[in-house]
This record gives sequence, C-alpha cells and structure tokens, in this order.
Amino acid sequence: MALVTLGWLNIFAAIYDETANQTIWDLSLSSGRQLMFIAAAAVIVLMIIIIDMRFYETFAYLFYGLILVLLFLIPFIGKEVGGNKAWIGIGSFGVQPSEFAKFITALAVAKFIGSVGFRMDNLRNQAILFALIGVPIILIQLQKDTGTALVFTSFVLVFYREGMSPFLLIVGVCAATIFVLTLLVPNPVYLHAAVAILLILLISFGKKKLKRIAILVIGALLISGVIVSVDYVVNNVLKPHQQNRVKVLVNPNIDPLGVGWNVTQSKIAIGSGGFKGKGFLKGTQTKFDFVPKQSTDFIFCTIGEEFGWIGSLVVIGLFVALLLRVIFLSERQRSRFARAYGYSVACILFFHFAINIGMTVGLFPVIGIPLPFFSYGGSSLWGFTILLFVLLKLDAHRSQVLQRI
Amino acid sequence: MNEGRREIVQLVFVLVGLIFLVKLFFIQVLDNKYAELADSNAILRQVEYPFRGLITDRYGKLIVYNTPEYDLTAIVKDIKNFDSAKFCQVFELSREDLRIKFTEMKKRKEYSPVKPTLFIDQLSNLDFARVQDRLDEFSGFYIEARTTRAYTTSALANALGYVSELSKDQLERDEKTFYRQGDYIGQSGIESYYEEQLRGKRGVRFKLRNVKGVEKGSFKNGAYDTLSIPGQDLVSGIDLDLQQYGELLMKGKSGSIAAIEPSSGEVLALVSGPSYDPNLLTGSKYSSNFRLISNDTLKPLFNRPLMAQYRPGSIFKIAQAMTALQEKVITPETRIRCDKSLIGCHAGHDNQDLRGAIANSCNPYFLGVLRKMLNKGVSNSPFEDTRIGLAEWNKHINSFGFGSNLGIDLPNEKGGLIPTPAYYDQAYDNRPWKFSNIYSIAIGEGENLVVPIQMANFAAIIANRGYYYTPHLIKAVGKEGKPLAKYTERHYTTIDSSYFKIAVDAMQQVVESGTGQYRAQLADIIVCGKTGTVQNDPLPAHSVFIAFAPRDNPKIAISVYVEDAGQGARAAASIASLMIEKYLLGKTKRQFIEDYVLAGKFLDQKN
Repeated sequence: MALVTLGWLNIFAAIYDETANQTIWDLSLSSGRQLMFIAAAAVIVLMIIIIDMRFYETFAYLFYGLILVLLFLIPFIGKEVGGNKAWIGIGSFGVQPSEFAKFITALAVAKFIGSVGFRMDNLRNQAILFALIGVPIILIQLQKDTGTALVFTSFVLVFYREGMSPFLLIVGVCAATIFVLTLLVPNPVYLHAAVAILLILLISFGKKKLKRIAILVIGALLISGVIVSVDYVVNNVLKPHQQNRVKVLVNPNIDPLGVGWNVTQSKIAIGSGGFKGKGFLKGTQTKFDFVPKQSTDFIFCTIGEEFGWIGSLVVIGLFVALLLRVIFLSERQRSRFARAYGYSVACILFFHFAINIGMTVGLFPVIGIPLPFFSYGGSSLWGFTILLFVLLKLDAHRSQVLQRI
Repeated sequence: MNEGRREIVQLVFVLVGLIFLVKLFFIQVLDNKYAELADSNAILRQVEYPFRGLITDRYGKLIVYNTPEYDLTAIVKDIKNFDSAKFCQVFELSREDLRIKFTEMKKRKEYSPVKPTLFIDQLSNLDFARVQDRLDEFSGFYIEARTTRAYTTSALANALGYVSELSKDQLERDEKTFYRQGDYIGQSGIESYYEEQLRGKRGVRFKLRNVKGVEKGSFKNGAYDTLSIPGQDLVSGIDLDLQQYGELLMKGKSGSIAAIEPSSGEVLALVSGPSYDPNLLTGSKYSSNFRLISNDTLKPLFNRPLMAQYRPGSIFKIAQAMTALQEKVITPETRIRCDKSLIGCHAGHDNQDLRGAIANSCNPYFLGVLRKMLNKGVSNSPFEDTRIGLAEWNKHINSFGFGSNLGIDLPNEKGGLIPTPAYYDQAYDNRPWKFSNIYSIAIGEGENLVVPIQMANFAAIIANRGYYYTPHLIKAVGKEGKPLAKYTERHYTTIDSSYFKIAVDAMQQVVESGTGQYRAQLADIIVCGKTGTVQNDPLPAHSVFIAFAPRDNPKIAISVYVEDAGQGARAAASIASLMIEKYLLGKTKRQFIEDYVLAGKFLDQKN
C-alpha cells in the first residue's frame, strides 16, 4: 500500500515537475529550485521512514509548543513576502513555519484525541481541541496569512469524524449560506423580510405552543442578527483587499481590469484550454504572465490551459483518489491517534485542494493557499510530504500498535 | 455512533471533485468566450504599412516619392547610466527641453516603462545621420523608421494634394473599414483621387505578447501573417519642366494655367497661383504649416484651374458661333451690323462676317446671333419661343463640357453654370422671361460661369475639331500603363466637325492680325487663340486667353487666367504663348515677353 501511495506521489511529482518547468519557463531558476525542493523532500521521506513511529506521538506536544513559539516570534524575526510576514529567511531561501504548523497541529490534535479517557461529548475536551487549533489560527492570523489560518478550520471535519455532534457543522453551513445570501442580495432589508415571512409561516402552520413560538422567534432574531453582522463585517471589518475578493466572487464582472483581474484572467486561462488543452508549453495566458502568481497559487491555470479538461479531470481524479486513499488508510489504523491523524491529513489536503481549485475557477474567493504538490515552494511541498509520509509510516507499523480503543 | 460518518466525509470529497469537473466542463468545453478572450489577451495584430505609390511626370521624372523618417523611442526600463549632458549635446537639446521631453513622454496614453514610447518624433535625415553613430551610447533609446511623402519639386502642389493622418470623420465614413486610427490618407489632389491605387495593401503580422505588451515572438511561426503590397505607381501626363515654367510665370499673380494634350486629354500643366511648397505639408511640420497655409488670405490651397468660376467672356463667342452654325440660323457669310444701341463694342469694324466678328470680338454681332437662335419663331409667344431656343442652346453648349463637372481626376472640381429655362424660371421667380431679359449671355457675360480647365478643354475641342477626352492628370496607373477607363472615351460635341474649321480660321486670325497679334504670335508655329477680358468691376478685369498650337495636328491646348490683370491680350496671351513655346520648342525666343510677364505690370501701359 505504501508503494501504491508512493506511485501516486510520483505521478504528482512528475506532473508537478512539468508544470513547474513550463510555467517558469524563462525563470529556469525557479524550476531548478523546485527540483531541489523535491530532492529535499525525498530526504525528508527517508528520515521519516527511519525515525521510529513512536517519536511522533511522543513528542507531539513538544513540537506543538515549539511551533507556537516560532509562530509567535515570526512577526519580529520574519521577513515580509507578498504582504504576509510569514517567512523565516535562511540564506536566500525562506521557510514558512505556518506550513509545518499544520502537520504539528495535526499530530497534537491526534494525540489528544487518542489519549486515554478522551470523550468527544465531554465539553471540556471539546474546548481543549478547539483551543489546540484556535491558538495557531490566531498566531497565523497575526501574520496576516488568512489563507493558512483558515486551513486549520478543516480540523472541524476531523472532530466530526471522531464523534463531535454535527450540529456545529450544520450551523456552520447555515451561517455560510446566510453569509453568501447577504452578499448576493444587494439590500439586507429583503433578507430580513424573508426571515420574517418564514417565521410567520412556520408559526401559523405548526403547533401553536408558546415554547415553540419563542424558539422560532429567537432563531429568526439570531438569523437577522447574523445578516446585520455579516453586512457590518464585510463593509467595516474586512480590509479593502479582502472585501474586494469577496465581492468579486459574488459578481466576477464588477471590475475585470482591477479587482477582478486575478479571477477573470484565471478563468480565461483555464477556459481557453478547451477539451484537450493547448498542449504542453503552448499556453499563452500563463506563459505570458496574464495570470498572476501562476506558479504558486494559480498553478491550476497552467494545467487547465495546457492540458484542457482532460488534464483537469486527471488531476482532480488523482486528488480525490488520494483523499479517499488517505481515508481508507486512516480507517484501518488500530490506534485512535493514527486514525485521527490520518483524518487530519485528509482534511488539510482536502481544504487546500477545494479552496485552491475553487478560487481559480471562480467558485471561492481568492485565498492565497497553495495546491498540494503542485505549487512552487519548498515549505509547502515539505509540509505536505511530511504530513503524508508520517501517515504512511504509521500505517506501515499499525500491526505493532496495541489496540487502545 | 460514528458509523456512516466516514462515508459522509468521503462523499463530501467526491462531491467537491465532481462540482469542480462540472464547472470546468462548462468554462473549458462549452463556453468559447474564454478562448476568444485569451486570444485578444495574447495575440497582437501588428500592421505592416505598404509603401505608397510613386508619381512621375510624362517623361518618367520623379515627382512624389517616399522618404524615411525617424522617430526616437525610449524604453524607460532599459535606460541605464543615462548621461544627460552628453545626450543634450548629441541631440542638440537644452536641459529644459530634455526635461520637457521626459514629462511629455510619460503623459502619453500608450506610455509604458517596458514598451518603446515616442521620445522625439520625426528626426530629419540630417539629424538621424548625426545621432546614428552615437546612439549606442544611450541604452534604452531606439530609432524607429517610417516613411513620409516627399516631393522633388515645389511645383504642382494643388494638383498633387497632400497626405496626412485621417480625421475622425473620415474614419467614421470609411464603410469598408479599411482604415484605422492613425493611418495616413491622401487628403486632396491626386493623393486623394487615386488613394485606392496609391495606398497599396497592408500586411498583418500576428505576434504574441505578454501581460505588459512586450512581444514574445510570432504567432504559429507566422502562418497567418500577410505581407504588405506596395501601392501602384502613377505616371502623370504632366511635363514637369513646363509645369515649373508655368509656376515661374505665375509667380506673384493670382490665376491659373491649364494645358492639355488635345489628342489624349492628358493634362500637361496645371498651375494654380498662388501656390505653396508641398514639402511643407509632410512630416513633422504638417500641422503648423497647414494652419499657416490654410489661413493665408491669398488662398494657396484654392485650386484655381478647377475651382475658380469666372464668366467666360468673349471666348464664349466661339461656342455661340458653333451652336448657331449647327442650328443653321447663320452661315459663315452672315453679316450683322455692329449696332451699339443695346450693347457696347470696340471700334474699328462694322458689318462683318462670322470670322471677322470672332476675330474682332464684335458684341452686337453675337447679340444678333443669339437672337436668331433663341427666337426662331417656333412659337408665337416670345416667352415660349425663347424657352425652346434656350433649351436647344443649352444642350449644344453643354456638349462642350460646360455647365457641369468635366470629371477630371482631382477632387473638388467645380462645374460652372450654363443657364437652362428652369434656371431662369427660378431666377425670375416663375414670372415670364424672354430674350430681352437674358441677352447678356450672348457675349459670355450674364449668368454663365466656367472654370479654367473647361476653357482649356474648349481649346482642345477646337483643336480636335469637335471632340475631347476628359482631361486627366494620370496617364498610366500601375503596371498596366493605362489611365482609368473613363479617360479613354472620346466625347463628341453636338456640332458637326466641319464647322470647326471656321473657329480655327478665326482663332488663327486673332493671333495673326487680331487682339493676339502683339504677344501671342510666334515665328515658327501657327498659334490659334482667343482673348477674353472678364469684367470684374470695380477691380480691373481678369485677363483670359485660350489657344492651341500648332494649327494642324495640335500638340497643346491651353487656357490662361490672370486675375485683375486687364485685357486678355496682355498677361494671359503672353503667358499662353510662352507656355506653347516652352512645350513645343523647349524655350522662348522672345525674352522680352518673358521679362514682361515676370515684371507683372500689365495695367500701366498702352495697347
């Protein structure tokens, strides 16, 4: 099984190599570096396989503490790249601790879930879990790296798998729906009116008990409150560039040369690929810099333009297969720690995959997070490599683990 | 309690993947919009301009050609180690100039630090030669060459016209969408009339460019590129020497010379005075010079041979005579008394026949002729009778090419006026009119209007004894070597050819013993001519002369107008005969006549 996964990874790496080569055609430096990163990743893989599996579980909290300190220190010692102060410079290369924070948080969360006496329905345990992901979110948000911070919310899906009530998820989905509706409907008064009508309908067509009516009214008021606050947050709390990204999502045509440039150009590049694509190295949009950040966040444009829908199908297919495979591996783990960790890996990968491709095709707002294994950048590649191979290591030794559940 | 959750998570993963694939299918496969947008993003249409056709004279001498002009452009990003002192010295700029050039450049709409932007426009050949060798000292500066029109001579300006950037109006009127903004187009004269032949065909090259507009090579290795096709060359019928001589003679005068080869209709010379140097309206000096020239009170842009409308004067009597002979209301032997009761006349003749009346320009004779023609007694009503007569008269006169545009190959030609019954109905507000109201047209005064080119054509008709080819400047277009089809068609007048002998005789008599004897007579060549003096009260009359020569097998027909110069026998007759001499003999043998013309004092002497 480990070999099969490795095979997938190789395919990823191969495609990655090609895409990297051609997107950064005239900057051979970048593709060369990426090759170096891949080599380094191989070394990391080797190290992971050599190191005893207990090492990860044992030192999970220690790492967690260390990374928090590092994250905390970054605003003071880090160097600024693209408006985000998330890098620690080592020579000419930069390292993004937040990439590794994902892995370490996954370990810590898994260890906590896997610890003796852990019960998801215990409110105190739940609070600790949320604190485990909440602290890095806050620290990373302080670096203004909203994208990476948001990745940590994907752990909620892990909690759900490990027994958390789906209520939180449902509330989350509802809140998101209301959020989008608020943005789509130009005047919030209409939404408030809709909520009021719904409320009246529910009251008149149900049992007219006082308690039920009271709950409905409170619910309606809560929803209205959410609408008001979303409106307020979007217009007053978010920074202008974040506001714009959200607005572009709702209406991609508002300003195709300014605010909407990224998404518009990204869609043009992908859309111009057609069914079969323009062919390797033939993409005009990505090659000539019409798409911004085409080697990092908008790497998917290159695939879409040069390999067309078929290429996109293969890439998305591989990602989904990888995700399912990771779930499969997680489910067969004997320790709760390993299983929770596996789910964390799947969720982090999924979040990156969904948000990144979603933003390039205009389904999500532009959030600067890389596409795993594709985007240029050492930290991110190493981060994902570690995530995945620690799981494989755990999987390889699953028989040695005592059943603890 | 956690059973099924695994499946839910898996379902979410697969679902998101599917949503992406469906969305991608929509934008990649179903929607062509994105592919088109991508092309407009990355493919640059670069137009390659063709060379405009050349224009030569009838002997192959170059008149109009193209000359390279050089713009200095700058790519700001590439400017390194800029030595402004040295730059100022090489380009002969002051520090202040340089500063202004930089600010001007950055204000340009198309300015981009990574693209070549115009820095100094239209360096002359001289400047270019000077800076060429030292240009490599200034990185980021480049020379871009393009061509503009140039003229070997300062003559023929109004006939040649000029080329300039097409206006917004012209762009909007261009229905075939041939032109683009910034294109150059012939604005007047031959440049405008033969625009389609001269302009050639543009080539297009498709180039790839990146987001900043920087070129990145050709699209599909130039598979869709087309080469530009140069414009067709034109051979004009102009004799450049004759033209330049004509301009010399017209120097300091207002008026025109139009000379035609009768056997072909080719224009040998077309002088409009005053004129301008066509080189003033090319290149960088265009806009400032154009304003200067178009505001000139002497109207150098007014192309007199085609646009100045005059009353025809005495010369018209020849046309009257031809018409009357054709209508058989007179014979060459018809004599009419010089009765000055209605109309004045010159002294020294009485009761002449037709030839004598033409030679002496007898006004009462032609009054009588017109009366015979308009009042033939077809109707009992004098009004109706005149109306019928005038309609017939008009038909004959029009067949000489009067009364409407001849159709010369130049724009803005005027047609003059030959009155019709309808014209007088309107002029008299539909009240009745008869011969006594309109008789002044008999002697070429009254309502008649002609332009000089029509008069030259009239001389050609008499030279040809009854037909003409529409006058045209271009005798050969492109490689085919033929003029436009309409200029190979012979137009006959409604007058029998035999009657023209009388006109020829009379015109010979004018030059040998009549008004033209002093200044139009040549020793070796029989010149046939007719003077005209067009009243222009209160200013002195316009001096007019038409002629052709030699009498048999004529080579040149000419009309000369000199405004405010008095009698036709003076300025116009002198100039016409000098032109004939120049064309047929190469130079004049009568230096005193040339001096007389160049001195230009036509009013202060007896004769």
